[in-house]
Amino acid sequence: MTPIELSEKLGFRIVCEGDGRERDLHGIYCCDLLSVVMGRAKTDDLWITVMANINTIAVAVLSDVSCVLLSEGVQLDAQGLQKAKAQGVCVLSTELPTFEASSKAAALFLS
Amino acid sequence: MSAIKLHYDVDGTDFTRAGEASASVKKTLRQLGVRPDVIRKVAIALYEGEINMVIHADGGFIDVDIDSEKVSLALCDHGKGIENIELAMQEGYSTAPDEVRSLGFGAGMGLSNMKKNSDEMRIESTVGVGTNVYMTIRL
Repeated sequence: MTPIELSEKLGFRIVCEGDGRERDLHGIYCCDLLSVVMGRAKTDDLWITVMANINTIAVAVLSDVSCVLLSEGVQLDAQGLQKAKAQGVCVLSTELPTFEASSKAAALFLS
Repeated sequence: MSAIKLHYDVDGTDFTRAGEASASVKKTLRQLGVRPDVIRKVAIALYEGEINMVIHADGGFIDVDIDSEKVSLALCDHGKGIENIELAMQEGYSTAPDEVRSLGFGAGMGLSNMKKNSDEMRIESTVGVGTNVYMTIRL
Protein backbone atom coordinates (compact mmCIF):
# COMPACT_ATOMS: atom_id res chain seq x y z
CA MET A 1 0.00 0.00 0.00
CA THR A 2 1.29 3.47 -0.82
CA PRO A 3 1.19 6.35 1.68
CA ILE A 4 -1.35 8.20 -0.47
CA GLU A 5 -3.64 5.14 -0.53
CA LEU A 6 -3.31 4.98 3.25
CA SER A 7 -4.27 8.65 3.57
CA GLU A 8 -7.33 8.13 1.37
CA LYS A 9 -8.50 5.09 3.34
CA LEU A 10 -8.00 6.62 6.80
CA GLY A 11 -8.74 10.27 6.06
CA PHE A 12 -5.23 11.54 6.81
CA ARG A 13 -4.45 14.96 5.39
CA ILE A 14 -1.77 15.19 2.71
CA VAL A 15 0.67 17.88 3.84
CA CYS A 16 3.20 17.11 1.10
CA GLU A 17 2.66 14.40 -1.47
CA GLY A 18 6.35 13.88 -2.30
CA ASP A 19 6.93 10.37 -3.58
CA GLY A 20 3.88 9.07 -1.69
CA ARG A 21 2.39 7.48 -4.79
CA GLU A 22 5.52 5.50 -5.59
CA ARG A 23 6.60 4.22 -2.19
CA ASP A 24 5.28 1.11 -0.45
CA LEU A 25 4.58 0.77 3.27
CA HIS A 26 6.04 -2.30 4.95
CA GLY A 27 6.15 -1.40 8.64
CA ILE A 28 5.27 1.20 11.26
CA TYR A 29 7.61 3.02 13.61
CA CYS A 30 6.50 5.46 16.34
CA CYS A 31 8.99 7.74 18.10
CA ASP A 32 9.76 11.44 18.56
CA LEU A 33 13.44 11.34 19.42
CA LEU A 34 15.24 11.77 16.13
CA SER A 35 18.42 9.89 16.99
CA VAL A 36 16.39 6.93 18.15
CA VAL A 37 14.47 7.02 14.89
CA MET A 38 17.70 7.13 12.89
CA GLY A 39 18.98 4.11 14.75
CA ARG A 40 15.83 2.04 14.66
CA ALA A 41 13.37 3.02 11.90
CA LYS A 42 13.52 0.79 8.85
CA THR A 43 13.41 1.50 5.14
CA ASP A 44 9.78 1.73 3.93
CA ASP A 45 8.32 2.31 7.41
CA LEU A 46 5.41 4.63 8.13
CA TRP A 47 6.99 6.90 10.74
CA ILE A 48 4.50 8.45 13.18
CA THR A 49 5.67 11.42 15.25
CA VAL A 50 4.68 14.74 16.81
CA MET A 51 8.07 16.24 15.95
CA ALA A 52 7.34 18.54 13.04
CA ASN A 53 10.34 20.59 11.98
CA ILE A 54 13.01 20.60 9.29
CA ASN A 55 15.07 17.99 11.16
CA THR A 56 12.14 15.58 10.96
CA ILE A 57 12.40 15.71 7.18
CA ALA A 58 16.18 15.26 7.25
CA VAL A 59 15.79 12.16 9.42
CA ALA A 60 13.00 10.80 7.18
CA VAL A 61 15.36 11.07 4.20
CA LEU A 62 18.29 9.51 6.03
CA SER A 63 16.35 6.57 7.39
CA ASP A 64 14.53 6.17 4.07
CA VAL A 65 11.06 5.76 5.57
CA SER A 66 8.20 5.80 3.06
CA CYS A 67 6.21 8.47 4.80
CA VAL A 68 6.01 10.74 7.86
CA LEU A 69 2.64 10.84 9.61
CA LEU A 70 2.27 13.78 12.00
CA SER A 71 -0.13 12.82 14.78
CA GLU A 72 -2.02 14.82 17.44
CA GLY A 73 -2.81 17.58 14.93
CA VAL A 74 0.74 19.01 14.92
CA GLN A 75 1.66 21.24 11.99
CA LEU A 76 4.83 21.06 9.96
CA ASP A 77 6.61 24.43 10.05
CA ALA A 78 7.32 26.38 6.84
CA GLN A 79 10.97 25.38 6.62
CA GLY A 80 10.06 21.75 7.10
CA LEU A 81 7.44 21.91 4.37
CA GLN A 82 9.89 23.54 1.99
CA LYS A 83 12.43 20.82 2.66
CA ALA A 84 9.83 18.04 2.30
CA LYS A 85 8.88 19.42 -1.13
CA ALA A 86 12.50 19.78 -2.19
CA GLN A 87 13.41 16.26 -1.08
CA GLY A 88 10.20 14.58 -2.25
CA VAL A 89 9.22 13.34 1.22
CA CYS A 90 5.59 12.31 1.69
CA VAL A 91 4.14 13.96 4.82
CA LEU A 92 0.63 13.21 6.12
CA SER A 93 -1.15 14.50 9.22
CA THR A 94 -4.00 13.50 11.49
CA GLU A 95 -5.71 14.76 14.63
CA LEU A 96 -5.52 11.24 16.07
CA PRO A 97 -3.07 10.44 18.88
CA THR A 98 -0.05 8.34 17.86
CA PHE A 99 -1.39 5.06 19.29
CA GLU A 100 -4.75 5.35 17.53
CA ALA A 101 -3.18 6.39 14.24
CA SER A 102 -0.74 3.47 14.36
CA SER A 103 -3.46 0.99 15.36
CA LYS A 104 -5.61 1.99 12.41
CA ALA A 105 -2.70 1.89 9.99
CA ALA A 106 -1.60 -1.49 11.35
CA ALA A 107 -5.09 -2.95 10.90
CA LEU A 108 -5.04 -1.75 7.32
CA PHE A 109 -1.71 -2.91 5.98
CA LEU A 110 0.06 -5.08 8.55
CA SER A 111 -2.69 -7.64 9.09
CA MET B 1 37.58 3.81 -8.29
CA SER B 2 40.12 6.55 -7.73
CA ALA B 3 39.91 8.32 -4.42
CA ILE B 4 37.37 11.11 -4.03
CA LYS B 5 37.95 13.79 -1.44
CA LEU B 6 35.21 16.05 -0.13
CA HIS B 7 35.40 18.88 2.39
CA TYR B 8 32.57 20.55 4.27
CA ASP B 9 32.43 23.40 6.75
CA VAL B 10 29.75 22.95 9.40
CA ASP B 11 27.99 26.14 10.48
CA GLY B 12 27.70 25.93 14.25
CA THR B 13 24.91 28.46 14.54
CA ASP B 14 22.36 27.00 12.19
CA PHE B 15 20.54 23.84 13.19
CA THR B 16 18.52 23.82 10.01
CA ARG B 17 21.62 23.47 7.84
CA ALA B 18 23.02 20.52 9.77
CA GLY B 19 22.71 17.55 7.47
CA GLU B 20 23.96 19.26 4.33
CA ALA B 21 27.23 17.36 4.33
CA SER B 22 25.41 14.12 4.98
CA ALA B 23 22.94 14.75 2.14
CA SER B 24 25.75 15.67 -0.25
CA VAL B 25 27.84 12.58 0.58
CA LYS B 26 24.75 10.42 0.27
CA LYS B 27 24.15 11.78 -3.23
CA THR B 28 27.77 11.19 -4.25
CA LEU B 29 27.70 7.58 -2.99
CA ARG B 30 24.45 6.96 -4.82
CA GLN B 31 26.01 8.23 -8.05
CA LEU B 32 28.92 5.87 -7.48
CA GLY B 33 26.49 2.95 -7.23
CA VAL B 34 27.26 2.13 -3.60
CA ARG B 35 24.85 -0.32 -1.91
CA PRO B 36 21.86 1.40 -0.21
CA ASP B 37 22.54 -0.19 3.20
CA VAL B 38 26.11 1.14 3.15
CA ILE B 39 24.91 4.59 2.08
CA ARG B 40 22.44 4.60 4.97
CA LYS B 41 25.23 3.80 7.45
CA VAL B 42 27.44 6.61 6.15
CA ALA B 43 24.56 9.11 6.06
CA ILE B 44 23.42 8.37 9.62
CA ALA B 45 26.93 8.38 11.08
CA LEU B 46 27.71 11.67 9.39
CA TYR B 47 24.41 13.37 10.25
CA GLU B 48 24.78 12.48 13.93
CA GLY B 49 28.30 13.91 13.79
CA GLU B 50 27.09 17.12 12.17
CA ILE B 51 24.35 17.52 14.77
CA ASN B 52 26.90 17.01 17.56
CA MET B 53 29.14 19.69 16.05
CA VAL B 54 26.23 22.15 16.03
CA ILE B 55 24.97 21.28 19.53
CA HIS B 56 28.27 21.07 21.35
CA ALA B 57 31.06 22.71 19.36
CA ASP B 58 29.90 25.76 17.37
CA GLY B 59 30.63 23.93 14.17
CA GLY B 60 33.83 22.67 12.58
CA PHE B 61 34.79 20.86 9.42
CA ILE B 62 34.39 17.43 7.86
CA ASP B 63 36.73 15.63 5.46
CA VAL B 64 35.43 12.67 3.51
CA ASP B 65 37.64 10.22 1.61
CA ILE B 66 36.06 7.66 -0.65
CA ASP B 67 38.09 4.91 -2.30
CA SER B 68 37.26 1.51 -3.75
CA GLU B 69 37.20 -0.17 -0.33
CA LYS B 70 35.89 2.31 2.20
CA VAL B 71 34.51 5.70 3.15
CA SER B 72 36.64 7.53 5.71
CA LEU B 73 35.12 10.39 7.68
CA ALA B 74 37.05 12.91 9.78
CA LEU B 75 34.99 15.36 11.85
CA CYS B 76 37.02 18.06 13.55
CA ASP B 77 35.92 20.86 15.85
CA HIS B 78 37.37 23.37 18.28
CA GLY B 79 34.57 23.02 20.78
CA LYS B 80 34.72 22.38 24.50
CA GLY B 81 35.81 18.76 24.17
CA ILE B 82 34.47 15.61 25.81
CA GLU B 83 35.42 15.10 29.46
CA ASN B 84 34.63 11.41 29.69
CA ILE B 85 34.45 9.65 26.32
CA GLU B 86 33.37 6.32 27.80
CA LEU B 87 30.43 7.99 29.55
CA ALA B 88 29.53 10.01 26.44
CA MET B 89 29.43 6.79 24.42
CA GLN B 90 26.70 5.32 26.63
CA GLU B 91 23.21 5.32 25.15
CA GLY B 92 21.01 7.83 26.94
CA TYR B 93 23.83 9.98 28.33
CA SER B 94 23.46 13.54 27.06
CA THR B 95 24.62 17.03 27.95
CA ALA B 96 22.45 18.69 25.29
CA PRO B 97 20.50 21.79 26.40
CA ASP B 98 16.68 21.79 26.60
CA GLU B 99 16.22 23.84 23.43
CA VAL B 100 17.98 21.09 21.50
CA ARG B 101 15.81 18.45 23.12
CA SER B 102 12.70 20.34 22.07
CA LEU B 103 13.85 19.88 18.46
CA GLY B 104 13.97 16.11 18.93
CA PHE B 105 17.69 15.69 19.57
CA GLY B 106 19.64 15.18 22.77
CA ALA B 107 18.46 11.62 23.42
CA GLY B 108 22.03 10.56 24.11
CA MET B 109 22.09 8.31 21.06
CA GLY B 110 24.38 10.30 18.79
CA LEU B 111 27.78 8.75 19.50
CA SER B 112 26.37 5.26 19.90
CA ASN B 113 24.55 5.60 16.56
CA MET B 114 27.84 6.71 15.00
CA LYS B 115 29.64 3.69 16.43
CA LYS B 116 26.85 1.32 15.41
CA ASN B 117 26.87 2.58 11.83
CA SER B 118 30.64 2.59 11.31
CA ASP B 119 33.07 -0.31 11.06
CA GLU B 120 35.76 1.60 12.92
CA MET B 121 35.49 4.68 15.08
CA ARG B 122 38.10 6.61 17.02
CA ILE B 123 37.60 9.73 19.14
CA GLU B 124 40.36 12.14 20.14
CA SER B 125 39.23 14.87 22.48
CA THR B 126 40.90 17.42 24.71
CA VAL B 127 38.78 19.50 27.06
CA GLY B 128 38.94 23.15 26.04
CA VAL B 129 40.67 22.36 22.75
CA GLY B 130 38.29 20.31 20.65
CA THR B 131 37.29 16.92 19.36
CA ASN B 132 38.22 14.83 16.33
CA VAL B 133 36.10 11.85 15.39
CA TYR B 134 37.37 9.40 12.76
CA MET B 135 35.04 6.82 11.26
CA THR B 136 35.49 4.21 8.56
CA ILE B 137 32.70 2.44 6.75
CA ARG B 138 33.68 -0.42 4.43
CA LEU B 139 32.04 -0.54 1.02
